[in-house]
Amino acid sequence: MENILECRNLVKFYPNCLALNTVNLAVPKGRIIGLLGPNGSGKTTIIKLANGLITPSSGQILINGMEPGVETKKIVSYLPERTYLNDWMTVNNMIDFFSDFYENFNRHKAYDMLQRLGVNPTQRLKTMSKGTKEKVQLILVMSREAELYLLDEPIGGVDPAARDYILDTIISNYSENATIIISTHLIADVEKVLDEVIFINQGSIVLTSTVDDIREKENKSVDALFREVFRC
Amino acid sequence: MGWNLKSDRPIYSQLIEQIELMIVSGIYPAGSKLPSVRDMAGEASVNPNTMQRALAQLETEGLLYSQRTSGRFVTEDVERIMQTKQNLAMDLVNTFMASMNHLGYNREQIISLINHSAEEDQ
Repeated sequence: MENILECRNLVKFYPNCLALNTVNLAVPKGRIIGLLGPNGSGKTTIIKLANGLITPSSGQILINGMEPGVETKKIVSYLPERTYLNDWMTVNNMIDFFSDFYENFNRHKAYDMLQRLGVNPTQRLKTMSKGTKEKVQLILVMSREAELYLLDEPIGGVDPAARDYILDTIISNYSENATIIISTHLIADVEKVLDEVIFINQGSIVLTSTVDDIREKENKSVDALFREVFRC
Repeated sequence: MGWNLKSDRPIYSQLIEQIELMIVSGIYPAGSKLPSVRDMAGEASVNPNTMQRALAQLETEGLLYSQRTSGRFVTEDVERIMQTKQNLAMDLVNTFMASMNHLGYNREQIISLINHSAEEDQ
């Protein structure tokens, strides 16, 4: 099968810091993948490289065989850690904005999700709670019919009931050929929906496995294994 | 019936057990059509690929069959379903017997306890 994301000997230096140390990775199409690691392990660095927000120090990162650029941005839907939306905008404004910007944005899907999560489309971003803002951003990102979704800490500020709904939305809405990469600390909440997990620590990949293989071999959840591997 | 998945065992084997349970208890009767993989995955809050794997396994075992265009169905072979029911019941009995042995009861004592409990129920 063709890989939607590939890292070849990927290295990224920040001043005085080796953020990624020779990462090799191949992510096939049609999977939901958890990118898991402690704070500062390099998760966000990989995601930023995949979006072309930073460039590799050496090595290569390829999206669908292409280096990050205009063509890859058409097929990648990215949820960054921090919001980039203008807080004077209403949800309706943002939906118009996204429809103008992305050919593959599905307005109908967005309004449907907003309604189910009880978000008022006439509300300004400024007046929303942290959790509601996160819901809106995630809805915008998931309403694109993309091939690769890169979600950096998508559910951190959202209450557990909405978290379940969001995860259900993710599994029922993504198309069969789309791949979703979720970076998160909330492993127990997401592990049921993951095909595979990638453990990353200090810039290196320490483990890639399917969730069921971990449970079968270790007789424990991915969450429990993570706590063991990264014990402080 | 809700899906009840534990976090320390493989998800797909738990899905197999629970779908078997739904079939033998008549929630999905013999010959009935199953919901789509995606709907079932959504209902159980699991990855569609995992659900697909569980359903494929049940197909290999003969409890389900799929028709190319119209979807996946429960087998019409009632005997096959009863056999699965029997196996599930035997598993429960064996687990129960093992726990009772662990508590120090022998076979006769266990049987008399069960009779006693059945009388009280009446």
